[in-house]
Amino acid sequence: MPRDNTYHCIGRGMPRTDSLAKVTGTAQFTADIPAHRCLVGKILRSPHAHARILSIDTRKAVTLPGVKAVVTGADAPVKYGILPVSQDEYPLAVEKVRFIGDEVAAVAAVDEVTALRALELIDVRYEVLPAILDPHEALVREDVKIHERAAEANIERRVHLVFGDLDQGFAAADYIREDRFFKDASSHAFLEPHSALAQYHDGKLTLWSSTQVPHYVHRSLSKVLGIPMEKVRVIKPALGGGFGGKGEPLPLEFAASLLAVKTGQPVRITHSREEVFLTHRGRHPMEMTLKTGVKKDGTITAVQFSSLLDGGAYGSYGVVTMIYSGQLLTAPYRVPAYAFDSARVFTNKPPCGAQRGHGGVQPRFAFEVHLDRIAADLGIDSLEIRRCNAIDPGTITVNELRITSCAFKACLDRVAETVDWKNRRGKLPYGKGVGLAGGFYVSGAAYPIYANPMPHSQVQIRVDRDGGVTVYSGASDIGQGSDTLLMMITAETLGISEQSVRVVSADTETTPVDLGSYSSRVTFMAGNACCQAAREIRDRLLGACAKKLERNHEDLMLRGGFLFENGKSEPLMTFAESSVLAEASGVALCALGSYRPPELAGSYKMGGVGPSPAYSFGAQAAEVEVDTETGEIKVLKIHCAHDLGFALNPLTASGQAEGAVAMGFGETVLEHHGFLPGGRHNGPNFLDYKLPTCLDVPEIEVTLVESIDPAGPYGAKEIGEGSLHPSLPAIVNAIHDAIGCWLHDLPLTPEQVLAALAQKEENP
Amino acid sequence: MRTLKFILNGDEIEIGVHDRETLLEVLRHRLGMTGTKQGCDQGECGSCTVLLDGQPVLSCLTLALRVENRQVTTIEGLAEGGKLHPIQTAFQEAGAVQCGFCTPGMVLTAKALLDRNPHPCREDIKEALAGNLCRCTGYKKIVEAVERAAAKGMEETDAQG
Repeated sequence: MPRDNTYHCIGRGMPRTDSLAKVTGTAQFTADIPAHRCLVGKILRSPHAHARILSIDTRKAVTLPGVKAVVTGADAPVKYGILPVSQDEYPLAVEKVRFIGDEVAAVAAVDEVTALRALELIDVRYEVLPAILDPHEALVREDVKIHERAAEANIERRVHLVFGDLDQGFAAADYIREDRFFKDASSHAFLEPHSALAQYHDGKLTLWSSTQVPHYVHRSLSKVLGIPMEKVRVIKPALGGGFGGKGEPLPLEFAASLLAVKTGQPVRITHSREEVFLTHRGRHPMEMTLKTGVKKDGTITAVQFSSLLDGGAYGSYGVVTMIYSGQLLTAPYRVPAYAFDSARVFTNKPPCGAQRGHGGVQPRFAFEVHLDRIAADLGIDSLEIRRCNAIDPGTITVNELRITSCAFKACLDRVAETVDWKNRRGKLPYGKGVGLAGGFYVSGAAYPIYANPMPHSQVQIRVDRDGGVTVYSGASDIGQGSDTLLMMITAETLGISEQSVRVVSADTETTPVDLGSYSSRVTFMAGNACCQAAREIRDRLLGACAKKLERNHEDLMLRGGFLFENGKSEPLMTFAESSVLAEASGVALCALGSYRPPELAGSYKMGGVGPSPAYSFGAQAAEVEVDTETGEIKVLKIHCAHDLGFALNPLTASGQAEGAVAMGFGETVLEHHGFLPGGRHNGPNFLDYKLPTCLDVPEIEVTLVESIDPAGPYGAKEIGEGSLHPSLPAIVNAIHDAIGCWLHDLPLTPEQVLAALAQKEENP
Repeated sequence: MRTLKFILNGDEIEIGVHDRETLLEVLRHRLGMTGTKQGCDQGECGSCTVLLDGQPVLSCLTLALRVENRQVTTIEGLAEGGKLHPIQTAFQEAGAVQCGFCTPGMVLTAKALLDRNPHPCREDIKEALAGNLCRCTGYKKIVEAVERAAAKGMEETDAQG
């Protein structure tokens, strides 16, 4: 679809609505909210990777002066979990602990020192059980069960799916290659530690929480605490980064709530940085194999994939991660026959969950490096093999994903141009190289986490009597700028200045439901709901004015804060006056818009995970320099081109891509979320977990490529997650160009590079 | 408990503090100055940066008693008379703010840099900001914001000169 260039608000970079509060220090994050008589909550954590709880004696802690309440698993022995198929968590441990850091008890006290002292006074007796830390052991070990619900050994779930004729696909191939890859865990490492502030008053619970998903927290609190949803209110204040790590109900939210109910005083629990790492729900370590058949010219005939996910101690989002890992390999290249086998196992480590680019990041790394190896084996250029297999718009993939808009080839061409592929690939001096990779991602999941026929997002818009407009949305602005986007969409649709629009969001009492900030769904879904509500207001207003002014509805328009007659340069009246006129004639200027994706599920079991109403596409090229003496990798620059449909706000959109690339870079060469032999985290702090600093990150050049999606709000799709996928393999492929070594295990270390160089020397 | 006197954003403060209390705790918990953020409490992330006599320090590693009779500037004290500091405006306009949690520390660190070196090159800026972690932006727009503020400062100097 062609781009409409007549917009007055969207399509140009706009500073975010909350930036003034954030640069002046007045933005209130959960830990900043003042609360009268607020108690400090702290959580007692398991020192064992796997143990049975024999007894918990809280008597000494309860009697310590300053301690107001102690709660344990017995206070709320109700299971919950983000996925209906994985309801395996308790707010505080019941019977067993399953990782070092698992929540056992919580206290509320007048200050932090007293709360910490009280934790020491809680006497927990454990029977230590054998711990499983290796996912391969978890696959077969029947004598140790981390969860009884695992039918076979410690396998939470398996999936095996076949699409098309795999045998025929491989039979048609001229060349078949098999590879194995591994991507270790990484963590979200948002800067704001989790925080939850609970208050219980007159039978009503209010929770301010650093959550990406107020709606799911609302539901889960109601279920676990046995309080009806109308007596629970969840508010998301300013939130300091999530990336998936605040994307599900978490123990501290329940613990703060239980303590608030018990004491009648506000209770706040804020994680220490150590606790953020200990309880992380980051990227799953994933072991992967790939087998691909191609024709001589590089055309893919069949792909077979397997993945083993080290899930850690609880279900979290893991079943979805597992299904995504296979489902998201059937684009952006045509794959006529495809099969995948995946398993997620429990181990006695912190649970893994969703992290930016959820499910697709590890397989994308594997596949793009695998594809480069195939290209190298066949003597085909890496760009060419991607171009010749690239899918086109309007495609149904072999696993029935419906691709609508798609500018993947344009993204490939763009980065090839900016990195000067033709003149540099394979032509740089030894130690320097350039590499390429592609990717794609969902713009929201087509199905909600819990099955229901209701909209995924609703937005309400109300016109005030001075012509100001308020937008009410359940969407969580977690730093990505969704409030700003809703403001811009509303201003555009109503033909008013963005300064007249105010957004109220993420408060379950005052805003309609939006499922939350995950799976890159907000721009697409809340954006569409917002468009619908704004159009309804516009139509009501124009209809009422047309009647009053005895003109045709179609002859009137709103623009620049005024009501115009088409073709006339003099306005009839201001927007505010037109709204008075409409209201005076009995029209309510309050409207609800909603969005629910069409039915897109594949015609097979688990076919509901993977489909999205639209997909983003992207390509990246990396420039690297490798020191062959020390093994040090320097990533000089990453070129990113991302098809986001339409750039509603190019300033925030490019910021999303830059952040995603930096995160992808970090988990390729710096970040390692590892564990010591007994299951203890190997460094739950920012010294050991090496987040990129501004001296580390490469230069990043982002091109926003537009494809105008037919179903997106003004044609928009996602950008914040898909733009991470190609970063990892682009770097790895560039390293091969630099030193001729293929690296299959992430994160990369200088030792790994030196070992690969030594091996290359032995077997050139 | 001892009495601590210091100047906070131009105001004289007199408050009783424990020997072990950090400046961050005093600012956030006692004085309600929550613009200063606690990101790690271990001196690793830079979110708690404040200016002590104009120099950036990590308030989580600074004992409150150390600021006796000294000048402390927090993010709340940067805008003068309701007028934003050019760095604050630049952060807004350049899109350098996403979640905003690192922003107060970044802005104050940048201010100390520009006070010391009004015309920094890109490497100077990166060097100065290297102790402040940001997970959202990839730093690109943050560095651009500091460049923008420096350029603005140069314009103003030219206009005055």
